[in-house]
Amino acid sequence: MEFKTLLFYIFSTITVIAALRVITAKNPVHAVLFLVLAFFNVAGLWMLLQAEFLSLALVMVYVGAVMVLFLFVVMMLDINIERVRAGFWANLPLGIVVGGLLAAEMAMVLSGKYFGLANLPPQNLPANYSNTKELARVLFTDYAYPFEIASVILLVAIIVAVMLTLRRRKDNKAMHSSDQIAVKAKDRMRLVKMAPEVELPASQGDKA
Amino acid sequence: MIPLSHYLILAAILFVISVIGIFLNRKNLIVLLMAIELMLLAVNLNFVAFSHYLNDLSGQLFVFFILVVAAAESGIGLAILVVLFRNLQSIDVEDLDSLKG
Repeated sequence: MEFKTLLFYIFSTITVIAALRVITAKNPVHAVLFLVLAFFNVAGLWMLLQAEFLSLALVMVYVGAVMVLFLFVVMMLDINIERVRAGFWANLPLGIVVGGLLAAEMAMVLSGKYFGLANLPPQNLPANYSNTKELARVLFTDYAYPFEIASVILLVAIIVAVMLTLRRRKDNKAMHSSDQIAVKAKDRMRLVKMAPEVELPASQGDKA
Repeated sequence: MIPLSHYLILAAILFVISVIGIFLNRKNLIVLLMAIELMLLAVNLNFVAFSHYLNDLSGQLFVFFILVVAAAESGIGLAILVVLFRNLQSIDVEDLDSLKG
């Protein structure tokens, strides 16, 4: 057996086991950690497919950012596991029926002789081929506008996440900058006309 | 060499596992989100495999954009989850009935 084939079977076996543990783990923290394991192994598979940039981006963006976000949220919430787990296996027959249907349909596609999937030879790229460079060349020419839209989507996601979780306290003593800018001089200082004060005689002041 | 169908079968297995996961964890919102991430991963695996075997980089570009959208989606989803937990003290899907749907 070729070494790459061996690696493929190792990675895919661990991925499937980790995915099974993600959906059956009792503790959500364990589910997140198994999902991290699945992501790492899929990154290895992508490395076998010579998609180096995406493989590393998966590890950095997904494992490094999104999964850590998941971990933060799971650990922040106090989940009543017993209640959430109640009737866990009740929907398994329905799930297996739907999953089996999906699997049968996909198997029909994959085994059909009309697609000629077996005839596709794997590509052997030269050793000095740079996947990142080629991706960047396509990304910044043919896909320049989708790239800009993707950045706008990320900006919107940042703003939405901040605004959703922002909590304004009622006893906050912070100043409102818009009120400060809109203030006028007559709001701050008031000139009052009043009668002049009568001074005490000088002799009384000396006795005291 | 590994044929393309091996990758496609692996992606199909992953996708089916996550569909069954959605049925099993129908009460736990956070595991539902994780099952959706797993589904996206299976689809991305298909994209990368086809991109490699057809020698076309557009598939990998699509994975790039899917990663962007999935990151935005999970960020907003988790923010909604946190707000939900703050208001209900629960992430059980059956408690989300304030719209009486």
